[in-house]
Amino acid sequence: MAQQEENMYFASEEAKKAYRRKHIITQILLYGFLILVAIFILIPFYWMLNTSLKTVTELDLPQPTLFPREIAWSNYAYVFSQIALFGRYFLNTLLVSVCTTVMVVITTIGAAFAFSRLQFKGRELLFGALLVTMMIPGEMMIITNYMTISVLGWMETYTALIFPFSVSVFYIFFLRQTFKQIPDELYLAAKVDGMGDFGYLFKVMIPIGISSIITIIILALMGAWNAYIWPQLVANAGPHRLITNGLMAMFTEEFKSYDNYKLAASAVVTAPILVFFIIFRKYIMRGVSRSGIKG
Amino acid sequence: MLEGKKDGWKALIALAPALIFLIVFMFFPIVNTFIMSFMENFQFKSGAGIFAINHRSTGIGFGEYINVLRNPLFITALKNTLVMVVISVPISIILSLLVAVVLNGIKRFQNVFQTIFFLPYVTNTIALGMVFKVMFGTNHGLVNLVLSWFGVGPVAWLTNAASGGYWSSLFVIVVYTVWTGLAFKVLVFLSGLQSIDKQYYDAAKIDGASRGRIFSKITVPLLSPMIAYITITSFIGAFKSYENVIAIFGNGQYTFGPYGNTNMWITVVGFIYKTMPNMMQAGALSRASAGSVILLLIILAFTVIQLYVSKKKVNY
Repeated sequence: MAQQEENMYFASEEAKKAYRRKHIITQILLYGFLILVAIFILIPFYWMLNTSLKTVTELDLPQPTLFPREIAWSNYAYVFSQIALFGRYFLNTLLVSVCTTVMVVITTIGAAFAFSRLQFKGRELLFGALLVTMMIPGEMMIITNYMTISVLGWMETYTALIFPFSVSVFYIFFLRQTFKQIPDELYLAAKVDGMGDFGYLFKVMIPIGISSIITIIILALMGAWNAYIWPQLVANAGPHRLITNGLMAMFTEEFKSYDNYKLAASAVVTAPILVFFIIFRKYIMRGVSRSGIKG
Repeated sequence: MLEGKKDGWKALIALAPALIFLIVFMFFPIVNTFIMSFMENFQFKSGAGIFAINHRSTGIGFGEYINVLRNPLFITALKNTLVMVVISVPISIILSLLVAVVLNGIKRFQNVFQTIFFLPYVTNTIALGMVFKVMFGTNHGLVNLVLSWFGVGPVAWLTNAASGGYWSSLFVIVVYTVWTGLAFKVLVFLSGLQSIDKQYYDAAKIDGASRGRIFSKITVPLLSPMIAYITITSFIGAFKSYENVIAIFGNGQYTFGPYGNTNMWITVVGFIYKTMPNMMQAGALSRASAGSVILLLIILAFTVIQLYVSKKKVNY
């Protein structure tokens, strides 16, 4: 009996080893796969940096080099010096991003408050109509908005860049979900204390929902920073041009045949948003994964 | 609910800022564009205001729809868009599901990998498109350098259709689309996986189920709402392809192909934008409108089919 137990123990020790070996192999495969995908994701960033730091002579070598032989930081200075308006595009984008975001926050908080806390006729109908618009391709809006902006004489203005994006159904939906989770007891207690609905919004709902609001601010800022299609239509000719549109123009004009300058310009546009992402990683990823759960 | 329906004026104040913008830039445009699509040879008239009805047209009917559907450029755009949808959507969904499952199965460095995989989501489509173009360059590109290590001669990836560039360009577009789209899908799948009760896996382990079996019998069914959601949004997103294509060719907003073949990979949305800016030209806006309504109908049809299929297959 004792001997049998010992044998079993021995056998299970063998099994344990086999199991361990199998476990290690699986782990290697799993991490190996993830590392491969990570390389796939990171290579473009590496190639952007690598190319942007090469001299024009090095670019013309028959075989591309994996690391610049001579690091040409001057490419970046050149990008800024060549494009007199590059700094201007940056400031435009900053201004438009911030204004759009402020507007989005105001419209979103108001609407989310009304849809989550207030009772009014047609509430569900209006909310349903909003959700339906999320399915409609933006091009349908853009065609008429393009005409509207032109009729109003807003072509080549900051207004044209800010107003059409001052409200977002998705953010309203997102914040409404957050507001809805606030227990009714808090509202009743506030009522007992003689607090009005708007007082409740500012003193209770906004402080409780602040992390969702921060997520909205960050996503709105990023969206405005990377905008391309609409600004291309309404503000591409004059001094109101935004950074991405300026970038595309550089690709086709000033730097047409110089990959190092092109990618230096790309890096200049990409860097601020990457830094921003690293700082606010938590809020950004939370917001995006929540947006997925809504389906 | 607490006080009956008497918050009317408060609701109006709270909703007013959003409502003004929603009406002017969203509800009105949807209706207006729809109307415009039926106004044949729509002609913009100065001083006629923002309502399409007040502008000139040669008749009311389906003329512009017939025009668009007979336009060879639109047919090309439709075909291209379908090809991109059919190829890029399954690849990116399967890959991101795989990445999410593996990511969920590891204990260390999960955050590091998650952050790396998320990077493409925040980057600028136009800026990174240019990087891909340079990477796939014929003479100085990284991809051809790597291929040369294996003795494969330089491939002219982004060349015109006559030189066989149709499929090689598609390859570049699909790689870029998958690269940019992975982040969102992985994140959604991962948050779905993390919400699955661990007990199911423990039970399966006790029963000695294999990894493959666990994946097909537990993970996929329990993740099916996320898979359905991602499938629908991916299809919609892929039908709206535009920026990824012009980013790859990097030569302005109307260039969908290499030099001499600039419409090679034009998409439906690309067709709309290409038609629209000659606002003063008769029919430009109505044709673009008809194109956008057709796009809406395609998206609606796909969504309905998906919802129908997922109703049968999805376990809630």
